[in-house]
This record gives sequence, C-alpha cells and structure tokens, in this order.
Amino acid sequence: MGSAALGFVRFWYAFIVGDDWTVAAGVIAALAVTSMLGRRGVAAWWLLPVVVGLLLFASLRRAAGKHQ
Amino acid sequence: MHGLLLVLATFLASGVEMVEALTIVLAVGITRGWRSTLVGVATATLSLAVIVALLGPALARIPIDALRLVVGALLLLFGLQWLRKAILRASGYVALHDEAEAFRTQLTAAQAAGTVIRAGLDWYAFTLSFKGVLLEGLEVAFIVVTFASAPGTFPLVVSGAVAAVVLVGIAGVFLHRPLSAVPENTMKFAVGLLLTSFGMFWGAEGAGVDWPGGDGAILALLAFLALVSLGLTSWLRHQQVRAFTAG
Repeated sequence: MGSAALGFVRFWYAFIVGDDWTVAAGVIAALAVTSMLGRRGVAAWWLLPVVVGLLLFASLRRAAGKHQ
Repeated sequence: MHGLLLVLATFLASGVEMVEALTIVLAVGITRGWRSTLVGVATATLSLAVIVALLGPALARIPIDALRLVVGALLLLFGLQWLRKAILRASGYVALHDEAEAFRTQLTAAQAAGTVIRAGLDWYAFTLSFKGVLLEGLEVAFIVVTFASAPGTFPLVVSGAVAAVVLVGIAGVFLHRPLSAVPENTMKFAVGLLLTSFGMFWGAEGAGVDWPGGDGAILALLAFLALVSLGLTSWLRHQQVRAFTAG
C-alpha cells in the first residue's frame, strides 16, 4: 500500500515537475512576483518571458554539463 | 489566429504521442494477437475520455482569473519540459527517439514474455497496450483540458487532438509498421513553443497582467521564445563541438 502511494506521488511529480525542479520552482516564483507587482500597479508583463528565457538557459546549461 | 494555434498545438501534441503509442500497440498486436491488444487500447481510450469528462467541468468551477493562473502555470510546466527535451535532442546532447528501435525492443520483449490468461484476455497484451495508450495519452488529455478551459475553445481543441488520433490510426492500419519517418523532435519543439507561449500569456493574465496588444501578444511571445530556443540550440551545438575538439 505504501509503495503504491509512493509510486503514485512519484508519477505525478515526474509528470508535472519533470527532470528539473528548479524550472517548476522558478515558474511558480515568477508568477507570484508578477501578481505582487501587478497589485502594486507595476506593468509586469515583461517579467515572465525574461524569467522563462533565463530558466531555460540555466536548466539546459546544467543538463549539458551532466551529459558531457 | 489564436484558434489556429490552439488546433495546431493539440494536433501536434496528440500526433507525436499517438505515434509513440502506435509503436507499442503494433509490436504487441503483431506478436501477441489483436483481440487483447485492442481491448487494452479501447479501455485506455475510454479512461482518457473519463479523465477529460471529469476534469473539464471541475476546472470550469474555478473563477476565471484563478483558472488562468492555474492553467497558465500547468501549460508553462508542460511546455518547458517538452521544449527542454527537444532542445537537448536537437543539439545532440540526448539521442533522438528512434521508433524503429523502440519497435524492435517491444517486439523482442513481447515475444519473450509468458502467457497469463485473465478475464479471457492475454494479460501481457492487454496491460501493455493499455499502459502505452494511457501514459502517452495522459499528457494530451491534460493539454486538451487546460486549453478547453478557455471560453469557446473546446470544439477547436478537441478537433485538433481527434484529427491526429484518426490520422495516426489510419496510417497504422494501412502501413502496419511504426511511423519512423515522422519528424518527432521538430513536432515536440513546436508543441513546447506553443504550450509555453500560451502558458506565459494566460499565466500572466491570471496574475493580473494586461498584455500590450491584447491577444496579439501571443504571437510576439511565440516569436520571442522561438528565437531564444533556436539561439540556445545553436549555442549548445557549438558547446558540443568545442568539447569534442578539445577532448
């Protein structure tokens, strides 16, 4: 029963978070900061594209280092 | 334009996952017989339909801004996973998915497995085809549900996904071999770009952003992300060559 529950959690973790948890954490943090800036009246539309580009760069650099 | 991109995203995502599922189904069907294999396929398809039917109305109950935030975050997470893998494959860091090789592996495994009969079915054939279709289709089901949560998009999104399933199914029936010639990585690259662009657009809208240019911002996001991704692919290829010549 315990191993089935663990398997279930692992499956959903791999399905939603994937190979690099920092990308998922970065996306959530960027959305939170965008929302916070929006509430203070700051035009924050540029934030998410910039963060996504940086997250992708950092994640690929790490993955390439591991594969070399 | 917006609708066309949604159809394209679900068509490509569904197509590429169904090509992978077809490889498993063909290998199992050819070696173990078609009856149990097709029962497995039908059960998995029904399960996916139930997931879409249950999740769709559940998402519709969430208030629109919170829904955009949740849907945007999910699309961003899925999209970045697809894009990351596609860039690593395109730049040579990870091997390209080879359907012919996957078919041979599945064929050998299916031939070697023993026969257990449960509920009148060859259990190996049933479970393998069921798992293959369910697991490959689950992400497509989630993409369909998230895209369809935007008002008026359900028919577009479902038609894109169903068209791909029908097309791959017909190709499988007539060719009777895995679809190795399909440019899977290019399709995954395109799906990654589309999911991530829609994810940024809806996620930021849900977080309270007003995009300059309204819906037209999706095209700008797509162009920006395509440039960044192609630039990163080229940079990684260059790194790979430098490491090879230095080593």
